[in-house]
Amino acid sequence: MRLINRIPSRAVRPLLIVLPFLVVLAAYSIASEIRLSANPADKILPAPSTIIATAERLMTEGDKRSGRILFWHDTAVSLRRLAIGTGLAALTGLVFGLLIGLIPYARTTLNGFVAFASMIPPLALLPILFIVFGLGELSKIMLIYIGITPFLIRDLASRTAEIPHEQIVKAQTLGASTRVIALRVALPQLLPRLLQAVRLALGPAWLFLIAAEAIASDLGLGYRIFLVRRYLAMDIILTYVLWITALAFLLDTALRWLSRRAFPWAGDAL
Amino acid sequence: MLKTLLLTTALAATALSPAAAQEKTDFKVAWSIYVGWMPWGYLEDSGIMDKWADKYGIDVEIVQFNDYIESVNQYTAGAFDAVAATNMDALSIPAGGGVDTTALIVGDYSNGNDAIITKGGMGLADLKGKPVNLVELSVSHYLLARALDSVGMAEKDLSGVLNTSDADMIAAYATPDVTTVVTWNPMVAEILSGPDATKIYDSSDIPGEIIDIMFANTEVLDANPAFGKALAGAWYEVMGLMSEGNEDALTAMAEASGTDLAGYKSQLDATAMFYAPREAVAFTESGELKSTMTNVAQFLFDKGILGEGAPSADFVGVAYPDGSVSGDKDNVKLRFSTEFMKLAAEDKL
Repeated sequence: MRLINRIPSRAVRPLLIVLPFLVVLAAYSIASEIRLSANPADKILPAPSTIIATAERLMTEGDKRSGRILFWHDTAVSLRRLAIGTGLAALTGLVFGLLIGLIPYARTTLNGFVAFASMIPPLALLPILFIVFGLGELSKIMLIYIGITPFLIRDLASRTAEIPHEQIVKAQTLGASTRVIALRVALPQLLPRLLQAVRLALGPAWLFLIAAEAIASDLGLGYRIFLVRRYLAMDIILTYVLWITALAFLLDTALRWLSRRAFPWAGDAL
Repeated sequence: MLKTLLLTTALAATALSPAAAQEKTDFKVAWSIYVGWMPWGYLEDSGIMDKWADKYGIDVEIVQFNDYIESVNQYTAGAFDAVAATNMDALSIPAGGGVDTTALIVGDYSNGNDAIITKGGMGLADLKGKPVNLVELSVSHYLLARALDSVGMAEKDLSGVLNTSDADMIAAYATPDVTTVVTWNPMVAEILSGPDATKIYDSSDIPGEIIDIMFANTEVLDANPAFGKALAGAWYEVMGLMSEGNEDALTAMAEASGTDLAGYKSQLDATAMFYAPREAVAFTESGELKSTMTNVAQFLFDKGILGEGAPSADFVGVAYPDGSVSGDKDNVKLRFSTEFMKLAAEDKL
């Protein structure tokens, strides 16, 4: 039988899924073992057991100075920034995507501008953002917002424009106004696509969040990583990286679940 | 498939394995932009390094880093044989990470280069309840702790410290919500040149505590004394040029650090350079170095940056030229040696 027609049996599947994870873990353990045998105090590749011990300590023990468990504070602060930034961007993307996709005047006025603005690398704007919005929460949220909004607008505008013209004509023959067409014909079709676009935008949103926190902050997941980098605490860095990955994965899964529950007709495109 | 995997793993492991201590001829040195370290760039560009390396039959490559901490991390990882760093960072990063490190050339100490700057005429006592922007866990943080200590306050009396990258310090100071920054030159000079900026404390208030040193891997150095000799020879040749005011050398260093001759000279005024190896030897042998390092170790431990396994401030041992040790005698990872500076002082290089 040809290789392309061979399908893994039910018994083998879980094994194949776990395999790449095991390979990475094994490679890391071997490299870590080599370094630690040469220098037991080595910080660069801590043993997996050290990482687990550090993770446990980070999640349960309070800070020396304030007594707060910094791990959960960092998580809460970062998730709040991410939620506000992405939420505002989603709202803006939806409104402007609808306008540009449906209304020729809006399209002519804004299409070129949005296409141009989306080419600005947001990280290059960071020094300007700090001067305009200060070093506080606002500049961090603005970086996420500026970073992903143009993408969301462009995506949703083109998806609005993809709505079959027949539907729009039909709605008009039934007497629908522009407002009714936007809210009753276009919007319901756009919402599941908004969730998909937000899922795609979350990757860059995390990137912008961590970049902003790296530069000026006193709490947050990105802040902690860049702070402990000063004394090469790889066990803390790796714990945070794994935690961020888990959070991003959970967020993505939650959005997919929401999409399936709220818009079962839209299918599961991603 | 399995073979490839094993091969990749083995390769990755070799790439990440620490530098082996053995006789070798190629050495790599890392440094970053700072007033007291500009000679390292100059001696590489001018060919002085090559001249001394040839004399000892070795090859030395001097690499400039844009990011200071990255250079120290790379050294700790074993990618470099020596690195220009401060006494505090050498204790916390390589020595705290178990990399046995020797202070080869004590180049200078900061004598005003690091400063606390405020807006609106605030003094040290006025910092109570206010935020301070600085590179957290750096010598700036140490300077702030010493300053607060001098007026009977501690970090908990502030509303907090905000970690701010050195690259963004000048822009940060321009925003209204930043009222106090702690930073180093050339940022200090730039911030002070603006209106409404007052320097309220600087490293000349704690002279000799923030020391800039060329550190080398002890094992590499022990196996290859020629490496130490070549570095010391090249360094003190440039020190000679600087102390006699050689304009070509000074201008080259000024330009490489992004300023002009006058700007560089004013930064040098805030730096206690040890032009003569004799002075560096005397400083390294003085008893004050011991109390400074004990202070620094306590600061690092209080901030929790001596490493996770560190049970106390004495976790890492520091050895001094007279053979004494502060901290754990069974875990000496930082050594102050005058061996090569003495050879330079006695003209034996």
